Parts: sequence; C-alpha cells; structure tokens
Amino acid sequence: MAPIASSAAGFDPRALRTRFPILDRKVHGHRLVYLDNAATTQKPAALLDALRSYYSNSNANVHRGVHTLAEEATGLYEACRGRVARFVNAPEERAVVITRNATDAINLVARSWGATLSTGDEVLLSEMEHHSNLVPWIMLARERGVVLRHVPITADGQLDMAAFASLLSRRTRIVALTAMSNVLGTINPIAEIAEAVHGVGAVLAVDGAQSVPHLPVDFQALGADFLAFSAHKMYGPTGVGFLVAKPELLERMEPVAGGGEMIREVRLDWASWNDIPHKFEAGTPNIADAAAFPAALDMLEDIGMASVRSHERELVGYALDRLLGLGWLEIHGPLDPDRRGGLISFVDPEIHPHDLAQVLDTLGIAVRAGHHCAQPLMRRLGVAATARASFGLYNDRDDVDALVDGLVAARKYFGVA
Amino acid sequence: MIDRPEVALDDLYREVVMDHHRRPRGRTPLARVDAHAHGFNPVCGDDVLLSIALDDERIVGIQVQGRGCAICTASGSIMAEMLPGRTVSEAEATSEAFRGVMHGKLAPAGVDLGDLEALEGVQKFAVRVKCAMLPWVTLADALRAWRTGGAEATSTTEQELGR
Ligand SMILES: Cc1ncc(COP(=O)(O)O)c(C=O)c1O
Repeated sequence: MAPIASSAAGFDPRALRTRFPILDRKVHGHRLVYLDNAATTQKPAALLDALRSYYSNSNANVHRGVHTLAEEATGLYEACRGRVARFVNAPEERAVVITRNATDAINLVARSWGATLSTGDEVLLSEMEHHSNLVPWIMLARERGVVLRHVPITADGQLDMAAFASLLSRRTRIVALTAMSNVLGTINPIAEIAEAVHGVGAVLAVDGAQSVPHLPVDFQALGADFLAFSAHKMYGPTGVGFLVAKPELLERMEPVAGGGEMIREVRLDWASWNDIPHKFEAGTPNIADAAAFPAALDMLEDIGMASVRSHERELVGYALDRLLGLGWLEIHGPLDPDRRGGLISFVDPEIHPHDLAQVLDTLGIAVRAGHHCAQPLMRRLGVAATARASFGLYNDRDDVDALVDGLVAARKYFGVA
Repeated sequence: MIDRPEVALDDLYREVVMDHHRRPRGRTPLARVDAHAHGFNPVCGDDVLLSIALDDERIVGIQVQGRGCAICTASGSIMAEMLPGRTVSEAEATSEAFRGVMHGKLAPAGVDLGDLEALEGVQKFAVRVKCAMLPWVTLADALRAWRTGGAEATSTTEQELGR
C-alpha cells in the first residue's frame, strides 16, 4: 500500500488514489474523474479485502451459534457497531442501530418515534431536504394527521433561521433536518438548532448522509437525538447504514419490524423484545458489509476528519473560483466555502444538465445531472434539474481543472458562443 | 478492466437532432386546443406540455411546451413538425414504430419515421431513451384522453418503462 504522504491538507489525494482500484480504469479512453461522491463514494482495496476475508474466513449467521465461525461473525458485526459509535462519539454502543442505509434509519424514526404523535402535532422539516427526509414524514402525516411545516431557504441557499424560530412552537414534536444539503452543499447550524428544538420539548432527527462522510461529527456535542447516515457514502459498502440515537429514546421506542434477532421470548400469540439496539434489527442483517466497513473507517480515522474537511474545503473553494470564473454558470448554494461542503450544483443556462453530463461522460468525468432526489428544492430554485460535482478524498485540483475544461468543451460542442 | 463499448457523442447528437434542439418547431400557441396532456420524467424533472388541435380524426396542429434536454426537445420538435396532416391512428402507428426503434427494433415497412430516424442513436444510451420518448408518451395520453372524452391527462416516463 502506498504511503499517504503529508501535504498542506494533511494527506496527499494523489497517493490516496492508488488505494482505490476503480480509479485506475478508463472511461471512454480517459482517466476516470469521479465527481459523484455525494451519490456514493468509491471503495478502497482494504474494504474489498475485508469483504473477501469475511466470506473466506468467518462467514456465519450472527447471535445464533456457539461454533467458532458464528462467534467470529458476531464479533465482527458487533465490532462495526463499536467502531461507528466511536467514530461519531455516540454515548454507548447501544446507541447505534445498524440499518440498510440512511433512508432506512430515517424511516425507523418516522415510524417508531412518529407513532407517539397524534393529530395536530407538528413535524418541522426544511425546503432543502432529500426525498429520504421528506417522504417518511409525508407517510406519517397521511397516517396520523400530523402537520408538516417547512423551514424556507434564503436566496443564497441557507436555512432561514428567523423563519425557523417562528415555525418552532410547543406544537412541534419532531424537527428533522439535513446537516448538509446534497444539492446546495449548505452546512446547517445543527448544534444551535438542537438547543432551540429542545427548548420547546421536541426531538431533533438529523440527516447526516452528507455530513458524516465529510465533516467531523460528534453526536454528543451536536446535541441531536437521532443521526442517520449510510456507509456507502463514506468509502464503505452499500447496504449498511446507521441510526445513532440517545439510548433513553431508543428504550422508549417500539420496533417497526418483527422477526428473528429482535425478540427475547416468543409464544404463539405473544412476544417480548430484545434489548436495544437489537430490537430494531429484525432478521439476518447485512453481516458481511458491516464486518468490512471498519476498513473504510480505518482510512478516515488515519487521515482524520479534520483533514478530510480541510482538504474538501480547500477544493470546493478552488472549484467555486474556477466555475464562477467561467462567467456563464448559475451556481446554487452559499459561495462561502466555510458554509458549504465539498459539492457544487450548477446550471449552464444554454445546456440542459443531462446534455452537459453526457458530454462530460465522454471525457471520463462523472457528474450527476437531475433533481438529486430533492424535487421540492428544485421547484424552489426554479430549475427542473442541475448538474452536480461532488468531491471526495481522492479528488484534487486536476479533477476540478478537468471539469472546467469539460464545461468549455460542452459549450463548443453545442455551438454556444 | 471493463470499458463500456465506445459510444460516440455524434451518434446521439446528430446534425438533424441538433437543428431541432436549437430551433424547436411547434412552439406557437394554437388557436384551438382539442387534446391536451402534461408529461413528466421523474428521473430528471423534465416536462412536456402538449396541446393538439384536431379536425375530426386528423391532427391539424401541435404545440409543445416545457423544459427538456436536447434529445427531449428535438423529439418534441420533430413530432410537432411531422404529425400535422396525419390521422390519429397514423400518429399512433408512428409513435409505436418509434418506440420500437428506441428499444432496438426495426421500423415496420410502410411507416415513415422522417426526421425521427436521426434519433436512432439514442437507443445506445439507455437512460436517454426516456428523454426521447417523453413527448410520445405524452401524445399517447393526450389522444387516449381525447378518445374517451376525458379531461387533461398526466403521464410520466415511468409508464413508458412498464410498457
Ligand atoms: C442528504 C441525503 N439524505 C439522505 C440520502 C439517502 O441516502 P441513502 O440512499 O443511502 O439512504 C442521501 C443520499 O442519496 C442524501 O444525500
């Protein structure tokens, strides 16, 4: 494994690239410039090795056997929980429920904590939420007659905190907000929000799908009640996500799925629940991917989340300068790199995002084009779709330069003067 | 290392397609609207608003509005140019033939696809087939609603997938 040489940002993205086998491949004859990290990140060889090692050496079901393999598999699965608890500074390992993804984790909160709400109670969301943090609440509203309210965004794509303060009331039972927008890049002031939310006796559920992979996140310091995120956006495997929650809240919640693992005792017509967090993990979980995930956490912890953030902050600042320098792009979200994570949504008014992404693809540059699972936000921004470049650890200024050259090439291709 | 088969951009954006994209036809409002539908592509948020004027069974005018990529815009523009003068069943045959081409089939003999042939390259770009089909899915719904005397129709390209 190549050493990660030191640089100003604390590590060298070029050296890091050699750890990601996929970054060696060519796309349409070009070096792959992968700028779709907000959708999912690429996987380091160490993760692939861990997956292989799990299946080659330790595969068995968990919590169900006394044989050596069962014990090893259980140990590896539970070790993932422990590592994640440490990674986000959860108060205890019991605070971590292993789910399928961030979406699954948010649905768990909406269905289980949501079941304590009744008609007229309010859930406060925002205009910048991903469908994952909108639809579970819409389902809850339909089922229980709770009222959904939405914090508007300001012209530069930040939460309107004055509006937030006036929307928050004693009727508010749950506030569910993203810590970082997957479209605008906006980093929201979660700690400040948590205080206000608790002030009215509500709980705060944080969608950490974009923040946990890219910012230092301390669950206890944040003061949130729930935090949802996905392993696959943090250089880990697909199919594993997490709900980190205050254990005293988990204790009070009912499970939403029944089956094996989640029970203590079952009779023909009666059952009692296992302890937290197991009572929320019905059936055989995604053992292999959970067992492998610590290999990705090793890498993030080696580099350090503060360095990850400073690298991406530097890169997004550079990218903003270069993209604005083109003079023709509409850029959505805050222009201050201190207030945005490593992603930029933009529109070339002369070229539809789909066409733009198509041209970039022929140059080996992977960006996302579309509504980014945020149709209400698109409507608010007055666009049908945007193109989005989102950065990861292995991206550097060369990748931004390739993107900028690609955007110029697209204008040429489409005959835009 | 697995590379996708080499796909040339020029096969997608042929000259005729680019021409329709740059100067889309069928943007002028109609004096009378007999059939109407709103189509939406949930994948990208593109939409097409189709207004159709009919004289008996014959299409006499089409207006296409909405926001779309070059492929969607060109496809709608070609539709607006080629369908006036054709009967509803001729239009439906054209639509069926075009759908077949988008899914890798040959156009049946006797159906003139005109400029639509220039969109043939789209079939190699799986996600873009929906872009090309959006105006046509919308057309089918407008005509269906008109036949049954129903109100305005709403369609999405998800229905296209199911077909
Ligand atoms: C802000 C945000 N929330 C939630 C999600 C959902 O993540 P997943 O699809 O892994 O559940 C995503 C990613 O698509 C996201 O960007």
